Amino acid sequence: MSKQEWPLYEVFIRSRSGLAHRHAGSVHAADDQMALDHARDTYTRRKEGVSIWVVRSDRIVASDPAETASFFEPAEDKIYRHPTFYEIPDEVENL
Amino acid sequence: MYTQGLDQQHGAATGRHGEETAAQLDAFQARIDDEEKIEAKDWMPEAYRRTLVRQISQHAHSEIIGMQPEGNWLTRAPTLKRKAILLAKVQDEAGHGLYLYSAAETLGVSRDQMVADLLSGKAKYSSIFNYPTLTWADIGAIGWLVDGAAIMNQIPLCRCSYGPYSRAMIRVCKEESFHQRQGFEIMLTLCRGSEAQKAMAQDALNRFWWPSLMMFGPNDSNSKHSAQSMAWKIKRFSNDELRQKFVDITVPQAEFLGLSIPDDGLRFDEESGHYRFSEIDWTEFNEVLAGNGPCNRQRMAKRRAAQEDGAWVREAARAYAEKRSSAAAAA
Repeated sequence: MSKQEWPLYEVFIRSRSGLAHRHAGSVHAADDQMALDHARDTYTRRKEGVSIWVVRSDRIVASDPAETASFFEPAEDKIYRHPTFYEIPDEVENL
Repeated sequence: MYTQGLDQQHGAATGRHGEETAAQLDAFQARIDDEEKIEAKDWMPEAYRRTLVRQISQHAHSEIIGMQPEGNWLTRAPTLKRKAILLAKVQDEAGHGLYLYSAAETLGVSRDQMVADLLSGKAKYSSIFNYPTLTWADIGAIGWLVDGAAIMNQIPLCRCSYGPYSRAMIRVCKEESFHQRQGFEIMLTLCRGSEAQKAMAQDALNRFWWPSLMMFGPNDSNSKHSAQSMAWKIKRFSNDELRQKFVDITVPQAEFLGLSIPDDGLRFDEESGHYRFSEIDWTEFNEVLAGNGPCNRQRMAKRRAAQEDGAWVREAARAYAEKRSSAAAAA
């Protein structure tokens, strides 16, 4: 057993150009290049991607699910940000 | 199934309710009832977390140990085509193990811990991988029956309430169909071959039929943790329901091959539309789970040796990475 396990990397894959990278899973690797190689072998054995991002899991900064309500609260009461908030007479077209 | 050991362990679903208020538990259950997915950092009952860690890691271990029976035939596959296919399949099993370890790690358990639990014998893996692969036909039988049974179990797991597990299973299921079809094709080729080849296929079916049915775990009446797992939507169908489905779809496939299912009690029940089959030998099942199957010791010894033999590689890679990063810092 290794004294310490290799760091964990999160894997993001762009399935084809025109699409955004999407989280696929994670791999352990000793360094960045190995993380890319492992990500390729683990998550794209059937041409599932044209581009891979890997990032050390401990470098990701994430919002806290327990604070979801208060964190996203500023958007709660701003219904005027949505087009349906505005009443436009039916006879007005192209708006 | 790949996590059938769950049914055998005690105290798996008893949470430490001390710190968990009734309101928290109710709110959690309400999310599950609404078919909301639970994500890694969300609040969850400790028992839900522990059940998932145990189930997902057992599933991962099964994929990893499952490479051994098939790996046994890599160097002896009958043609280069079959060898390339088998190599890809065994590599897929490794991949499935890795998807699943990755999903389990989101619950706060380390990879090293899971591997240690497998090697110490604390964690279980599916009983099916403790049977030997004696002939090439066994590779066909495994793909057709073992992967077939696995698909039956894994498709509902794609809708599991825990997001990372569900996503891993969707990935696995996409790949599993190739495994089953290549296995059936091996059986079909043998059955259309010489008498000796067909006899080899029948022999493989004889040996793998009952162990495949055991993969679904104990009868519902003896399955300890099913009810809680169903309520949490980790499990969607009972062991017996899935086993029945498997028998119903597999018997006609065996008929197509011209092979006979090794069960004198097997008959089609017109009324229910299901095949009825004999009682499983649960003594054998329990013996295999307890570590006394034909290959338990061999599988574990090989896994431990692989882990030990690879230690220097892991350490060297780490040392090299450290050396390069300190060189880069100095430059």
